[in-house]
Amino acid sequence: MKFTIRAGVVKENIYKWVFAVSAFASLLFLVGITITLFIEGLPIFKEVGFFDLLFGKLWYPTYDPADFGIFPLIMGTVWVTVGALVVCVILGVGSALYINELAGKKQRAILKPMIEILAAIPSIVYGFFGMVIVAPFIQNLLGLPTGLCAFTGSLILGIMALPTVCSIAEDALSFVPKSFREASLALGANRWQTMVRVVIPAAGSGISTAIILGMSRAVGETMTVLMVTGGAAVIPHSFFDPVRPMTSTIAAEMGEAVMGGAHYHALFAIGLILFLITFIFNVIAETISRKYRLKLGLSG
Amino acid sequence: MKELSKSRINTGKIVALLLLVMLICFSMPVNSFSADNSITITGSTTVLPIAQNTAEVFMDRNPDVNISVQGGGSGVGIASLIDGTCDIADASRPIKDKELEKAVSRGIDPTANVIAMDGIAVIVHPSNTATALTEKQLKDIYTGKISDWSQAGGSGGKIVVISRDSASGTFETFNKLALDKVRVRPDALMQASNKAVATIVAKTPGAIGYVGLGYLSSNVKALFIDGVKPSNETVLTGDYVLARPLFMYTNGKPTGYVKAFFDFVLSEEGQKMVENLGFVGLK
Repeated sequence: MKFTIRAGVVKENIYKWVFAVSAFASLLFLVGITITLFIEGLPIFKEVGFFDLLFGKLWYPTYDPADFGIFPLIMGTVWVTVGALVVCVILGVGSALYINELAGKKQRAILKPMIEILAAIPSIVYGFFGMVIVAPFIQNLLGLPTGLCAFTGSLILGIMALPTVCSIAEDALSFVPKSFREASLALGANRWQTMVRVVIPAAGSGISTAIILGMSRAVGETMTVLMVTGGAAVIPHSFFDPVRPMTSTIAAEMGEAVMGGAHYHALFAIGLILFLITFIFNVIAETISRKYRLKLGLSG
Repeated sequence: MKELSKSRINTGKIVALLLLVMLICFSMPVNSFSADNSITITGSTTVLPIAQNTAEVFMDRNPDVNISVQGGGSGVGIASLIDGTCDIADASRPIKDKELEKAVSRGIDPTANVIAMDGIAVIVHPSNTATALTEKQLKDIYTGKISDWSQAGGSGGKIVVISRDSASGTFETFNKLALDKVRVRPDALMQASNKAVATIVAKTPGAIGYVGLGYLSSNVKALFIDGVKPSNETVLTGDYVLARPLFMYTNGKPTGYVKAFFDFVLSEEGQKMVENLGFVGLK
């Protein structure tokens, strides 16, 4: 008997350890990646001042003398992300509202999985689709010199972020207790009023979380923007100017940068800034969703 | 009782075994390169198709040799040669002084082997009425002095300048040969591959771009530069200005299987494969 118990304990301990190791492995990766980003990114500041890097307007990393101004790249990311945000909020929240509030059971059963399948399409396919079909179409439609611009990038990124936004927003809407809707309808409000004045505010923080997570998806997306935004490192003056977001700069140039050189460190510094941006987004999303769970009395 | 204690030992053994396997896995990549009958090739995406095609045929003929070919870019290839993680580094540009210094400090002796020539063709949309540019016009277009086709023999309209990424070997060669290392205009569309440049030019009436001769097709029009048509003949005779050699770097002179591989690449048959891929053979 003694042995049986001991063997059981040993077994249990092994399981515990295996799962503990896998749980802490992700922590290890996070710490490892963060440390690498700092170690490889910070040396650039020895050669370029912090403000010159962050607000410099010229990105000529391979020339001699080189210019490491990443402001055009940051603006590229900002423009494309803002544009993508508009697309994915309209489409994502719109479709979440329709699925949750207006669609019948049959439509819901088809629509939600369909939208989630969008997330399964590899980003290179989106990129190729954007480059070969969407960009020439927009170019001809609007008479632009080139269709590879911030607008096309925003459009495609918005569609890519759509499943994230739609799915989380729809979950948030479905968490709104039925009693809220019933009370509103009982007070004589119609369906539209109930949706706009009761359901959306009640699910507000959940929807915000959805939008912020969609945003960090758009900020971090690489392959698609590399293929459809044109890749010109200039500060855009309109949505129809080509841009070069931070992610695509890293992807395009890392393979050819001389290891340990200033260019290499500058690319890691861009990665570091990107990481900080998405990190902040995720912290905000987490904070909001926690508050929201507490507000509705759902344990979190 | 016995069985239970046995099972205890077994779990211990399994854990130990797992650790051992992990250890082996982690140490594998370092060891596998030293094996004599395997060749690792890394580097320029321009040279990649040559390396891939010749390696396949070479392996068919020599079943005991295992060649693994990877892209990544000239910089990556030379870096891995310096790190000792590849036997052959493909490069579409000569090694840089900085890289050479680093190599020497690690006791590596990068040796250049020219395996083919690559011509860079300047391409426009087939509907463009321009058919030729002078070197000066080309430079002015890329550096921003000219931005309308009416100034460059075309029928007017904004020039959409397309370039390769400033970190690519093709860009470096083009920048040196055509632009005298002057900066490309900042609003040029910087693309990550020859293929992307060709695709965009084929879809954009006002575009100008440059690609390796191997990427020419009927979807784009190649321009005469200084009155010379980009072709295999003009590249080999040296009449066409935008041409460059392609390299496979080795640590010291190639020996053993690596030498056998080079002999094959430089043979008539190997050079024929080079030509079939759209590059210019050395013979």
